Amino acid sequence: MKQQIIVSGIGGQGVLFLTRVIAQVAVNRGLAVLTSETHGMAQRGGTVLSTIKVGSFAGPLIRTAQGDVGFFLWEANLPVHRGLLKPEGRLLISSDQAGEGARIDATAMARALGNPVLANLVLLGFAVKQGALFCRARECEAAIRQLAPERFVVQNLQAFEQGMAET
Amino acid sequence: MTEPDLIKLLMGNEAMGQGLIEAGCQVAAAYPGTPSTEILQAVIDSRQRALEPLHVEWSVNEKIAFEVALAASYTGKRSVAVMKQVGLNVAADPFMRTAYLGVQGGMLTIVADDPGPHSSQNEQDTRLFCLQARVPVLDPASPLEAKEMIAAAFALSEKYERNIVLRPTTRICHSRQNVALLPPLKLDRRANFKKDPTRWAATPAFLPALHRKLNANLAQIAREADWQPRLTPGNQSQPRTALVAAGIVFSHLVDLLAELDLSGQVDLYQVLMPYPLSPSFMETLRRDYDRVLVLEETYPVIELQLAHPGSVGKQGGGVPPEGELTPDVIHRVLTAFLGLESPAAVATEGRGQRPSLCPGCPHRAAFYAIKKTFPQGIFPSDIGCYTLGMNLGAVNTVHCMGACISQGAGFYQAYAQDGEFPTIVVTIGDSTFFHAGIPALINAVIQQTRMIVVILDNATAAMTGGQPVPHMGVAAGGKATKGVAIEPLVKACGVAFLETCDPYDHERFETLLKNADTYLRSDKGGVAVLISRHGCIMDPRVRKNQAATIVRINDKCIGCRKCTNAFECPALIFDEEGRVAQVDRDRCIGCGTCIPVCPVDAIGREEP
Repeated sequence: MKQQIIVSGIGGQGVLFLTRVIAQVAVNRGLAVLTSETHGMAQRGGTVLSTIKVGSFAGPLIRTAQGDVGFFLWEANLPVHRGLLKPEGRLLISSDQAGEGARIDATAMARALGNPVLANLVLLGFAVKQGALFCRARECEAAIRQLAPERFVVQNLQAFEQGMAET
Repeated sequence: MTEPDLIKLLMGNEAMGQGLIEAGCQVAAAYPGTPSTEILQAVIDSRQRALEPLHVEWSVNEKIAFEVALAASYTGKRSVAVMKQVGLNVAADPFMRTAYLGVQGGMLTIVADDPGPHSSQNEQDTRLFCLQARVPVLDPASPLEAKEMIAAAFALSEKYERNIVLRPTTRICHSRQNVALLPPLKLDRRANFKKDPTRWAATPAFLPALHRKLNANLAQIAREADWQPRLTPGNQSQPRTALVAAGIVFSHLVDLLAELDLSGQVDLYQVLMPYPLSPSFMETLRRDYDRVLVLEETYPVIELQLAHPGSVGKQGGGVPPEGELTPDVIHRVLTAFLGLESPAAVATEGRGQRPSLCPGCPHRAAFYAIKKTFPQGIFPSDIGCYTLGMNLGAVNTVHCMGACISQGAGFYQAYAQDGEFPTIVVTIGDSTFFHAGIPALINAVIQQTRMIVVILDNATAAMTGGQPVPHMGVAAGGKATKGVAIEPLVKACGVAFLETCDPYDHERFETLLKNADTYLRSDKGGVAVLISRHGCIMDPRVRKNQAATIVRINDKCIGCRKCTNAFECPALIFDEEGRVAQVDRDRCIGCGTCIPVCPVDAIGREEP
């Protein structure tokens, strides 16, 4: 099993948390995993990118047109990071506009749950429902339980489930 | 032992932190800096794993961190100093002399480089620094390897009594990988400093012998069996051709060869210790290969030492001499080197969203007031979140830690000798002020500089994730300690004009700026210091303790864009269709600092 995943967004959107959840699922399954993340100045609201490589890889970065799955929490990043995906790669986009790829208004759903940052897990649920990821729903739920602060676990799982419920 | 439950998903920095604890390190000192910060944080967070006493400190700067770790090593214990690449410039003085004098207990210096650069003021290569300092340096290719190198590096350090540098790069530091935790060592060492003035206080009389011993040791270290370059042999389909790589670039190359179905076709060497480079490796390359591709970040350190007539690299061309060697860059270089079809040019459109000060950031209010009060001013600034004051036109220079105060003084001297001088407003963060600002402030005072220094005190080292600062009375890990307040320090530096103000109080802040300008232009004027004090908005306690209202834009808005452009709050967006400003409810924290910015009173607060 090999899968190369990108998570694109801006600082403050929970890109790092989503990255960790996906990578933790791989660890729990006993798969090798490598990620790369954006830290530092860009985290102050600038464009950030994570890459996740599941399976036997040596390095964490993804070359142009090699990615299998792309999460876009910030639609305006599409022109910047779209090129990392294969032409047939799966696009999962948080957006209230129509357009390419599989789309869901994750931010609106997250806002209804009380915190727009939960769009990250809504989009994860949406991706899992579409069969875009290497893993299953209960594996993601287990990783969310492991990584979320205790008082947010229920709300995080709700966000994930809402994404799963959207078709 | 690697039980399945001891396999953790660790960031490279966390992996190195665990490696330090597992290797029995007892004193760890660092100054925060991207991409190195989380190494010490991981030591702090996991210090209960250590089997022996462990002192961890956020030092005031990197020179101090290095010297603290150094003396701890003199007692026979294992120690580490951690910093980013430009931090080593600050620590250069003790670092260079340590090469000659050596250490006693194992000492590592972990210096994180930032090819790109992603979050630094340059992309200098610590390996080249080590070549000039004559200090062995290790170049790990993954988070796991970085962790595994730590125990081995301590052993090497103790065998030769030398400081050893571990040089991860951003893509090691900020990568996560499944990494096994191991039981920590218990070394049973008691502090035991053996006095030897001919070494620890070596005068010039003793230095030639120490230098001779250093050179002899380096020759031995270069031949250490465990640190020789590792060969993955090819199948002779590319005879007398070799690929040489080090660090994360080696990992990128391994993946690329697999993707191109080239694994096992070309002789591939991984260099673990770029300096001192193995002499037998250099001989082998000269004897057995006509063409050698050298891939390393960021400067040609291996290539320089190899001096191979057939090398392709950053010296001889073929590899870009600047920037990160991403898999895409390596792809183009490799295909050209092997005579394969080169990939299509990579189409990237734009760089995306630029970073901004957070909604509610007190620095934004301070910068806006500074720019508004002195539209013709000169604004030297410094390293930290507040570099982003650039977006408001209130930051004109950013150089290195603490430089803003001395640069402000330099601007003053150059202008003042011509007669008229503009108002110079320096902005420096609280952590940066302690790091390198105090000697500069003393110098500015004694040289009779007339300028304003605004200390942006948000009670934390914000850019790197909120490490403690000396005036808050909290040390690493939340331990209570004595706080060293800023005000008496400023006064002791000889500053006669000192005011403190919350920049959220825009009227008072502007008045104080004007008063400061009046003072510095008066007969007895000098350096005026204004402390802009408001906690970092990333700190949940600060958010909780400040009033939040609902900010609304009413129909008076004329679409002048002052709030979205000049004030540049990410929670204010411009509706291009309606030609008016709007509040982004998801991002606005209701601080109200934008209200006085509007020239037509179109921004108001709605009491909840």
